[in-house]
Amino acid sequence: MRLSPDQWVFWQHGFIKLNATIAFTWALMLVLTLGAALLTRRLATGRTLSRWQCLLEIVVTAIARQIEEVGLKQPEKYLGFIGTLFLFVAAASLCTVIPGFEPPTASLSTTAALALCVFVAVPAFGIAGQGLRGYLKSYLEPTIVMLPFNIISELSRTLALAVRLFGNMMSGAMIVGILLTITPFLFPIVMTLLGLLTGMVQAYIFSILAAVYIAAATRTKRSAPKAAPKA
Amino acid sequence: MDSQTLIAVASIIMAGLTTGFGTMGPALAEGRAVATALTALAQQPDASATITRTLFVGLAMIESTAIYCFVVSMILIFANPFWNAAVAHVAGK
Repeated sequence: MRLSPDQWVFWQHGFIKLNATIAFTWALMLVLTLGAALLTRRLATGRTLSRWQCLLEIVVTAIARQIEEVGLKQPEKYLGFIGTLFLFVAAASLCTVIPGFEPPTASLSTTAALALCVFVAVPAFGIAGQGLRGYLKSYLEPTIVMLPFNIISELSRTLALAVRLFGNMMSGAMIVGILLTITPFLFPIVMTLLGLLTGMVQAYIFSILAAVYIAAATRTKRSAPKAAPKA
Repeated sequence: MDSQTLIAVASIIMAGLTTGFGTMGPALAEGRAVATALTALAQQPDASATITRTLFVGLAMIESTAIYCFVVSMILIFANPFWNAAVAHVAGK
C-alpha cells in the first residue's frame, strides 16, 4: 500500500531516484506550457475569438477578479504566481481521471515545495510593496510583544498549507485504493468524483490563502484606514 | 507481551482513536460555520459571492485539523518508525 507517489520508483542510481512524483510533475509542466504556447500562438483582438482563447480568457479574468476581491489592488503583478499555483494544483487533481495517474500533490515533497514558494513570495512581495523597513515593522504591528508570535504564525501557516494539500490529495487516492479491494464496482467511482471535487476546492483554497497572505504583507498601515492604493 | 506486539497494539488502537476523536471537533465546527453562513446569505443575498468565498476558506482552515489527525493515523499504520525499528531488530537478531 503506497503512501505517496514518492515510493513508486522508475529508475535509481545510487541515491538519485526518478520516482513517479518527478515524472508526473514534469508531465504536467509539459502539458501546461505546451498547451499554453500552442493556444496563444495567434491571439485575436477582434470580436471573434477561437473557443480555446475564450476559455483561457475566462480562466485568467476569473483568477484576476478573485485576486482583486481579496484586496490586492493590482492583480497583474500577482497573477503569474497565484495563477500558476492554482493551475498546477487544479491540473494535478483533474488529471486523476486518467488511469494510472497519481497526482504529484499527493506527495509531501511537492506540497512542501509549493508552500516554501509561498513562504518566500510573501516577504518578497511585502518588501517590494512596502520597502524593507516597512515590511519588517509590520512584524511589530500590534505591539512589540507579538514579534515571536508573528514569526511562529508565519512558519505554522506554511506548514499548514503543505499538510492541508498533502492530506487532502493523499486521502483521496488512498480511499479509492482501499475501496477497490472491498467493493470494486460502484463506490470507487463515487469516491473518485468526491476526490475531484475536493481537489478543485483545495486548488482554490491554496491560491486564495496565498493571495490573502500576500495581501496581509502588502497592506498599508492601519492608521490610514481608507488609504489610497499604492502607486 | 513482547515489545513488537506492544508496539503493534498501541499503534492500531491509537490510529483508530486519532481519526475517530479527531474528526468530531471539526465536524461540529463546520456545521456551525455553514449554518451561520446560510443565515447571512438569507439576510443579504447580494453579498453571496463574498460570503461563499469566505465560507470555503473558513471550511478549509477547519478541515485542516481533521486532516492533521488523518495524517497521524496514516503514519501510524503505514510509515510507523517504531514498528520498522522493531521489525529490523527482530530480523537482525
